[in-house]
Amino acid sequence: MPAEMSHLPVSTRRTFLSLVGALGLGGALAACGGDSGGVDTGGGSGGGKPTLKQWYHLYGESGTEQAVQRYAQGYDRATVEVQWTPGDYESKLSSGLLSDSGPDVFEYQLNVDMVRSGQIVPLDDIVGPVRSDYTDTDITATSLDGSIYGVKIVDDTGFLYYRKSLLAAAGVQPPTTMDELINATRALDRGGVKGLFIGNDAGVTPAFGGGALLDLVLWTAGTASLTPDNKVGFTTPEAKDSLSKLRELAQSGSLLLGAPTDWWDPSAFTQELAAMQWCGLWAMPKIKEAFGDDFGIVPWPALSATVGKPATFLGGWTSMVSAKARDVDLAKDFVKWLWIDNAEAQEDFNLSYGFHIPPRKSLASRAQKLQEGVAADALRIFNESAVAPNPMWTPKMKSAFADAATAIVRGGGDIDAELAKAQQAVEAELARLAA
Amino acid sequence: MGATPAFWLFMGPFLAGLVLFVYLPIAWSFVLSFNRAQNTVQPREFVGLQNYIDLLQPGPFLDSLWTFTIFAAIIVPLTFVLSLLLAVLLNQITVARAFFRSAFFLPTACSYVVASLIWKLSIFNGVRFGLANQVLSLFGVENIAWLSSVNPPWYWLVLATVRLWLQLGFYIILFLAGLQRISPELYEAAYVDGAKAGWQTFRYITLPQLRTTSVAVLLLNLIAAYQAFDEFFNLLSNSSLARPPLVYLYYTAQSNQDYGHGSAGAMILAALIVLVTLGQNRIYGFGRPET
Repeated sequence: MPAEMSHLPVSTRRTFLSLVGALGLGGALAACGGDSGGVDTGGGSGGGKPTLKQWYHLYGESGTEQAVQRYAQGYDRATVEVQWTPGDYESKLSSGLLSDSGPDVFEYQLNVDMVRSGQIVPLDDIVGPVRSDYTDTDITATSLDGSIYGVKIVDDTGFLYYRKSLLAAAGVQPPTTMDELINATRALDRGGVKGLFIGNDAGVTPAFGGGALLDLVLWTAGTASLTPDNKVGFTTPEAKDSLSKLRELAQSGSLLLGAPTDWWDPSAFTQELAAMQWCGLWAMPKIKEAFGDDFGIVPWPALSATVGKPATFLGGWTSMVSAKARDVDLAKDFVKWLWIDNAEAQEDFNLSYGFHIPPRKSLASRAQKLQEGVAADALRIFNESAVAPNPMWTPKMKSAFADAATAIVRGGGDIDAELAKAQQAVEAELARLAA
Repeated sequence: MGATPAFWLFMGPFLAGLVLFVYLPIAWSFVLSFNRAQNTVQPREFVGLQNYIDLLQPGPFLDSLWTFTIFAAIIVPLTFVLSLLLAVLLNQITVARAFFRSAFFLPTACSYVVASLIWKLSIFNGVRFGLANQVLSLFGVENIAWLSSVNPPWYWLVLATVRLWLQLGFYIILFLAGLQRISPELYEAAYVDGAKAGWQTFRYITLPQLRTTSVAVLLLNLIAAYQAFDEFFNLLSNSSLARPPLVYLYYTAQSNQDYGHGSAGAMILAALIVLVTLGQNRIYGFGRPET
């Protein structure tokens, strides 16, 4: 023992309390590390079974978390620890995938950088046998470089919800073109009720799930952010016209702006702050509860009667397997068991809590809740008009295009100049990916 | 003079934390800033100064510095003037002094996130439920979409007021400490020489005596403006309308997973803060003995 240490009054009550305090602090810090997933002994708590870590973001519908815990308990080859993540799931997942303490199985959307940097593994062997039971858009959204990297677990989509009674009172029809939408929005803006709500960002600024129209404004003009051969697709004359129409809509003064929640929440519509709202399928139960049958849905209108066609998005979540999973084969087996073989769980997950479309076509076509009324319209619109996101469209590309769209639609900026800036940034990203 | 074991017992954990969680990440970030590091925090390919060159081209990073400039131009003088004014008033009042001091200081204990959400959802909510709009409606003013309006850019009002509410108390305390260090004899001597109470003594005695405090307040304020994140992130998220450097770098690193450019941006920002601090010290003579 060094001489200095002998000065420490090791036997006093103060020392004893200090040691106890230090041990307590150590314990508390250890507890901050999370549940037993942080100290995997290999034995797990399931009597010698290996442990799998499965990550979800927070679903808003009550009962969903308990449901996924229940599914996980049904898997007998491993103990599955479900981590439910409130808040910024994207950042947490990004960090998790960089370390060895991340998830084995997780939900997210496919993007090219995850593939190129080897963060996820291909799942062709488990999806391949049932590939034809998924829509083409689902397969497109989960595929890259000829391989399938994820299993769709939830299909979501969006609609232009409208109040039938308010449209009838204003003498307007559900819009099918941008001009009709602009006119309807103006006509419906009366009595303290705004014509349309497309988000507090006029649909073009990615804030809190915003930027809802960034893709749609291109799809409904007959183009896309990237062409099939991965060139910039947003500089066509039609795309410019579409942005110009969206600017006209934003500057009409008839859009609802500044609502407490954004486009993904139906509150603005159900609180009668707007006569129409762009929102998701997930909101349909709440809207039905508020208005009964006094509402209808259409996809986002085409640019014009002759250019483009109505469209909506293919959203939802995809289950993927981390390349750093301790047992990749086991993780793949779990994904197959839960999201491919276990049809009952998929139907329950999609339709018992919120309102989504089961990705398996065989399930969607026989799901009772999707057979009649507006829900049947939803399934039809989804099958006819949903466009898959392009996994090559990276967050940096989206940010560049969103900055341009924000400057054009909200700031009244020059369309050519702003799009040229975005094009330069996107082409730099494409060059990086090509390299 | 060696440190005692008790010193290391108490300081050791903090020094270890400092090295582990501050100095090592800074050093690692410095290394990454010269490398391509997409979807990885390992240096993948040495690119020299390319990340720095990319960021310093006209684009979102330079735009974010412009956002900082606007924000600093609004918040630094406002905070300085208001905190000085309130400190002088608080220093003079004799009734309920502790209450008023506490009232102004309490908001500094509030989280930026919580305050931002209160500002966004309750006070500057853009529909008829918002407090500000309810007050305005009494005067016949239509609802204002505070955070969505671009012309005029009302979001600056929301951003400035939330930060003022949160940080004024801290700077008031600094000024109060400075005011209490001024010798009463100085004022008495001035009165004997015919100076009038009020602006004259404030201009020629109080302000010069507060030089050191004032420089510290300006410096801390400016650095805090450089580091603005929480209120922008929670009120505007990834909006190019007002995206300060830290928000841009957060999205570069966390959303784009581009740790090379993210690290280079952090290094540029750190260098700017050091340069501004040194420049300000030179101009105001911070640290020089008072005359």
